[in-house]
Amino acid sequence: MANTVLDTPATEGSLVGKAIKEALFTGVMTLGLFLLYIGFRTDQDISNTPIVYGRPGLLAIFVAIAAVGRFLMVVFVQPLLKARKEAKAAAVVQDREATFFKKHILKFALVALIFYPPVIVSLYGFQGSLKFVDNFGIQILIYVMLAWGLNIVVGLAGLLDLGYVAFYAVGAYSYALLSSYYGLSFWVLLPISGILAAFWGMILGFPVLRLRGDYLAIVTLAFGEIIRLVLINWTDVTKGTFGVSSIPKATLFGIPFDASPNGFAKMFGLPMSSAYYKIFLFYLILVLCLITAYVTIRLRRMPVGRAWEALREDEIACRSLGINTVTTKLTAFSIGAMFGGFAGSFFAARQGFVSPESFVFMESAVILAIVVLGGMGSLTGIAVAAIVMTGGTELLREMEFLKHFFGPDFTPELYRMLLFGLAMVVVMILKPRGFVGSREPSAFLREKKAVSGSFTKEGHG
Amino acid sequence: MDYFIQQLVNGLTLGSIYGLIAIGYTMVYGIIGMINFAHGDIFMLGGFAALIVFLLLATYIAGIPVALAILIMMVVAMLMTSLWNWSIERIAYRPLRGSFRLAPLITAIGMSITLSNFIQVSQGPRNKPIPPMITEVYHIGNITVQLKQIVIIIVTAVLLSIFWYIVHKTPLGRAQRATEQDRKMAALLGVDVDRTISVTFVMGAALASVAGTMYLMYYGVVAFNDGFIPGVKAFTAAVLGGIGSLPGAVLGGLLIGLIEALWSAYFTIDYKDVATFGLLAFVLIFKPTGILGRPEVEKV
Amino acid sequence: MIMKVSDSMTSPEDILSVEHLSMRFGGLMAINDLSFTARRGEITALIGPNGAGKTTVFNCITGFYKPTMGMIRMTRQNGEEHLLERLPDFIITRDAKVARTFQNIRLFSGLTVLENLLVAQHNKLMRASGYTLLGLLGSPIYKREAKKAIEKAAHWLERADLLDRADDPAGDLSYGAQRRLEIARAMCTDPELLCLDEPAAGLNPKESLALNTLLRSIRDEGTSLLLIEHDMSVVMEISDHVVVLEYGQKISDGTPEHVKNDPKVIAAYLGVDDDEVDEAISEVESLDGGQGA
Repeated sequence: MANTVLDTPATEGSLVGKAIKEALFTGVMTLGLFLLYIGFRTDQDISNTPIVYGRPGLLAIFVAIAAVGRFLMVVFVQPLLKARKEAKAAAVVQDREATFFKKHILKFALVALIFYPPVIVSLYGFQGSLKFVDNFGIQILIYVMLAWGLNIVVGLAGLLDLGYVAFYAVGAYSYALLSSYYGLSFWVLLPISGILAAFWGMILGFPVLRLRGDYLAIVTLAFGEIIRLVLINWTDVTKGTFGVSSIPKATLFGIPFDASPNGFAKMFGLPMSSAYYKIFLFYLILVLCLITAYVTIRLRRMPVGRAWEALREDEIACRSLGINTVTTKLTAFSIGAMFGGFAGSFFAARQGFVSPESFVFMESAVILAIVVLGGMGSLTGIAVAAIVMTGGTELLREMEFLKHFFGPDFTPELYRMLLFGLAMVVVMILKPRGFVGSREPSAFLREKKAVSGSFTKEGHG
Repeated sequence: MDYFIQQLVNGLTLGSIYGLIAIGYTMVYGIIGMINFAHGDIFMLGGFAALIVFLLLATYIAGIPVALAILIMMVVAMLMTSLWNWSIERIAYRPLRGSFRLAPLITAIGMSITLSNFIQVSQGPRNKPIPPMITEVYHIGNITVQLKQIVIIIVTAVLLSIFWYIVHKTPLGRAQRATEQDRKMAALLGVDVDRTISVTFVMGAALASVAGTMYLMYYGVVAFNDGFIPGVKAFTAAVLGGIGSLPGAVLGGLLIGLIEALWSAYFTIDYKDVATFGLLAFVLIFKPTGILGRPEVEKV
Repeated sequence: MIMKVSDSMTSPEDILSVEHLSMRFGGLMAINDLSFTARRGEITALIGPNGAGKTTVFNCITGFYKPTMGMIRMTRQNGEEHLLERLPDFIITRDAKVARTFQNIRLFSGLTVLENLLVAQHNKLMRASGYTLLGLLGSPIYKREAKKAIEKAAHWLERADLLDRADDPAGDLSYGAQRRLEIARAMCTDPELLCLDEPAAGLNPKESLALNTLLRSIRDEGTSLLLIEHDMSVVMEISDHVVVLEYGQKISDGTPEHVKNDPKVIAAYLGVDDDEVDEAISEVESLDGGQGA
């Protein structure tokens, strides 16, 4: 399917010939690949016996799309891409206009985010804004925060952590359990959750940080699963798969968001709406994200942050310079975990319910994917990746109109994760170093120049 | 004692399945140094291929002998998954070879998500049960051995012998081992590295699909998300045995099968996966290269 | 690990004394009962044919290997003594003040040249930043120290002729420049003993000459040097003291002049059998005699 394109300057005729050949090959391959999985459908009849029926039409459509797509690709798209590449190589001059926007992109983004809820409310009203603030705002910002937290571990220190969601879980359960058992408030438990997660990061990190590369990855994955399994099975405390429900909401400096006389709505003489709480949560997670970003940016200019990046580049050289690599790794691990913990307690306060379901390996994978897709170490890139990946898939939920094309049985939501997975593959192939491949130096003598991604390494431990 | 032997049999059966999957992980890791996260889903695809073939056979060729049916299921599943893994390697992994180490890992995770959701969309999210195929049971003293357990163990043993022969006695296997040692040097000496890597993916997929068929036959059910847990456990097995080592993968698989069976029997079934993962962490911390892995010398 | 000088048998000028050092890898005795000393304020060269165990000695001194037997004593200017064989690698650099470079250059290629030198000042900056906490809060002490660190980096960049490249990624430098940067980076840890593993390897004659000047000036400013080198012109040119290894054992020790004329060394480099050594000596002597006449 992905036949290499020969570099010979093909004439129109031979190009079409080649395209037909490749299209045929693609068609045959597609037929082979999808013969069973699309060509047939397994199901159960009324008496619950398994049955199978053929779907030759659907299979034909798949094959046709693949073959025609390949043909068009070879005849039109590839020559076009080649021409563009050549044109790009010829034009070396960079426009300065773009850099101004790039330089201030964070400020623009921040302003946009601050005004996002009021604009949405004025457009759709309080009730109508719920969906946009919650699904698109809060949901994406949680992932931004998690990915920024993991970025410290993976992007800066180069430690591949596949169990990051464990710390998210520790934070969420810390808030859920401590608030329901001891009645502590969100503002007390937010820092405690972070500290507990950092503590767990330290405990889990200490034995495993001697491991290198993929071994570290698999052990962190194992620890992530262990924590989830303990949450499932320690039913006395965690209520197992049922999860902890009716977790108290966060309050605005003691003002609760409920219908009581001293609740937010009554106090300000507003009509009751659940939107206030969502909007409050939006600003809360925004602030948490900003703190994460601020701390990360500051840490990068601290000796410890530089040591992280040095560790990613060459651990042995670090040791030869007198750097204690164990403590350096531990700080990265626990600070990353701490942000995961903060995000977790926020998550619990937002949902009002936590269960082990939310902390499966796939979550870790998605967060890691966002970090890598964004470009390891780059806060902007990661934020963009979080918006594209989570926002894009959230968007699918909204695509009800697709039912007009695919019939009423079509549920776009089902395709959410399928497209997410495909997007991960496609983005990685097109941009292996992520959206932002270069890194900003943490200090400069004369002129700040971004370091191209081809020089940075990805860490071995 | 009888109870113990009984659990041993159960553990070996499960371990055979893990071992078959683990070989795919360990071979791919050995040859291109990448954790092929999608491998568990290849196993699941194998199970689904077997399922569809089974239903087709049951619908259209009633009264086909069970042994023949299993053979057909196995062969079709092998062909299907080989084709899939070959295509995936070509499309998703090959362009990233020699790039940044995390890129293929992320692609593989993406592929894993894609495959399981593709099956969810195309075949539906529900569990897919089939009626039991082999029901014979033997009693030896107080020990019950199911015929399907024997089938699984024998098929695994036969496949492993064939596989061992290919890797150690054929030019193809030599090319594989050479590529594993030093890809550049192998290419210089005339080994077709791309082809060798493709073949490795195909072989891994074929073994995983047999495991998938066995899994379907043993448990009588398969679902779109069945790739993950066995996949992770098989990877654990590969790491436990020493990643890159083929006997290690099988040994690791058997060990994990045994631990699971014995832990469930003597302690609590709830924490059997905790025991597996705990053991993995323990082994890696104290012997980071696994049981049969080559020790890594830190070059300064 | 820190002892007083009184019970030491070595003279106060000895900065490093290696005693009965042995290192075994499985069945291979890479170093066999090696003893030598390096004196303060001198450039000591460790030479020998390939596989003589030079890099292994380095790795033992800098803590990357734990020797099977023997003692490595580092005496600092202030009289502190450190037994290096007992210390973890990073403490050797941090407390015993021994820095090193690597045969296959190990730079932080994705960091800029300047950042490489700042990482080398990690421990000092770490203390100044109150172990990150005060630094995060914007402490003026840290700001001052950070500025000083950049000044120091700039100083070493100038010495290594890399000032123009300060803001470029280290991976972008030419081979020779990378070698110099590695030395500059090691110097930023304020070492009293600098260990260089083949610093001249792969350099062109001009770069080699500049390196000699740099190393001499480092010595003259009070840092002692221990270097492994293959390039005899460099060794003879700059070292004050040469130790020759063969098969993990010392075969000669003395001034460059002495070592150059040691028949054992000549034999080791020419690779002749023991009974041929005498022949070689007589040949050398006759050659010398012939030239002298």
